[in-house]
Amino acid sequence: MLEVSGLKVKYGEVTAVKGVSLSVSKGAVVVLLGANGAGKSSTLNAIAGLVASTGSISFEGKPLSGQPAEDIVKRGIALTPEGRRVFPSLSVADNLHLGGAAHASGDELKKRVEAELDRFPILRERYRQKAGLLSGGEQQMLAIARSLMAGPQLLLLDEPSLGLAPLIVDKVFDLILGLKQRGLTILLVEQNAERALEIADHGYVLQTGQIVLEGSGPELARSDLVKQAYLAE
Amino acid sequence: MDIVLQQIVNAISLGGIYALLALGLAVVFSIVSLINFAHGELMTVAGYGMFFAAAVSLPFPFAVCAAVLFAVIAALLTERFAFRPMRKADATGLLLTSFAVSAILRVIFQNGISARPKPVPLPSGFAGVIDLGVLHVGIVPLLSIVMTALSLVALTLFLNRTTLGKAMRAAAEDFQVLRLMGIKANRVIAVAFAVSGALAGIAAVLWIAQRGSVDPLMGFVPVLKAFVAAVIGGLGSLTGAVAGGFALGILEVLFQAFLPDAALPFRDAFVLGFVILILIWRPDGLIPAPAARRS
Repeated sequence: MLEVSGLKVKYGEVTAVKGVSLSVSKGAVVVLLGANGAGKSSTLNAIAGLVASTGSISFEGKPLSGQPAEDIVKRGIALTPEGRRVFPSLSVADNLHLGGAAHASGDELKKRVEAELDRFPILRERYRQKAGLLSGGEQQMLAIARSLMAGPQLLLLDEPSLGLAPLIVDKVFDLILGLKQRGLTILLVEQNAERALEIADHGYVLQTGQIVLEGSGPELARSDLVKQAYLAE
Repeated sequence: MDIVLQQIVNAISLGGIYALLALGLAVVFSIVSLINFAHGELMTVAGYGMFFAAAVSLPFPFAVCAAVLFAVIAALLTERFAFRPMRKADATGLLLTSFAVSAILRVIFQNGISARPKPVPLPSGFAGVIDLGVLHVGIVPLLSIVMTALSLVALTLFLNRTTLGKAMRAAAEDFQVLRLMGIKANRVIAVAFAVSGALAGIAAVLWIAQRGSVDPLMGFVPVLKAFVAAVIGGLGSLTGAVAGGFALGILEVLFQAFLPDAALPFRDAFVLGFVILILIWRPDGLIPAPAARRS
């Protein structure tokens, strides 16, 4: 579904991603592991069109490189960025509305909002509140719901469990599993390697902008590199 | 008592004009971090719009519409041909671009139209005064207050009720994420410029209603004041801009009314001195923008 090859991302003199190649097949959950600064977020941002990159990215067989973020989401790839980044002074309702406004209108837009409120009942309770007043976990739910409003085929999730209480982390991973079961394809960047590998079909390990290891979820969980570096064993 | 009430009306009407102008600056700044010093020339364009409308004998209400329309078109053109190509520039680059646009427009007005003030005919009723018992209120300050109030209500509705308005508020908070939603950056920015043009146009009509003429430098002083107002209020904050505009208007009228005659030539020094005190007290302004970005 998604093919990335030789991806490079440069910020001025610094090269954050040095030739990453990866592929995500339809319906799979693929996880990108790596330490801070390994280039995980840069890879996602490049796919979503937020940062300039070289190399090739194709989606459903068609090239994606060089297109602006506004067009890439219309092709069916939505990114839920690191740190949630909800619009704090806008209500939950308005955040959801803006998530879908470029993709649906009228009754279809209302239907999508209803679907997300069914998926996240807590957002229905908070519907009229300002997003900035929600808890971290609720903001994460809102950020994911807002991405889903675009009706994507591929969801890029950047550190969805970062900074959340363990109980909420469970909820987030349950949610990702639920989305997978409904056929959504997910490329997940996660620090919580243990939980991520439990649900991942395939995974890649990034170090200083390069892929150093890849394999199925269980293979990676068994590998020495992952055990030492990310599973704290 | 009579004097005090009349001064209050004057303060609100002058403050309202500053508020509209400061709001125009803030709308653009909150989204593209540009302090648009060509905002004054949008006012001037609106003024010439009124002048030309009167020259072809359009009735006054149409002249007002022409003024606002001219300013909106000018705002969109400057965005498309000056600011959009400079989008990636830093704050200084954008600031210099706005100075250049401002200078170019002024030269066009001076050489293409006239360096001298052009009279703009106003309806005869504008000279009138309404008697409210003890209070004698001029028609112009009253209209000013009403127009300002209507504009603020309309803008509030636009920002809170329409998708584009919400997108503008979202863009001010996190433009990158708004693009991730599939909402076109260019469209949101163009709408912000159009809104700021409309506000400059309305302010120009109110300004001209007090002076009856337009000249190439007309917009310079009020927009300088509006910039001060936007800073008092908190740069990039929309409610702050309105608060700052009214605060500045009230300060100016107060000092004008109550300074001793010998000190009157220094009125602006007193006003700006007071502004400095406000900024020492609240460095980010009265009502700072959520993520106070100073540039």
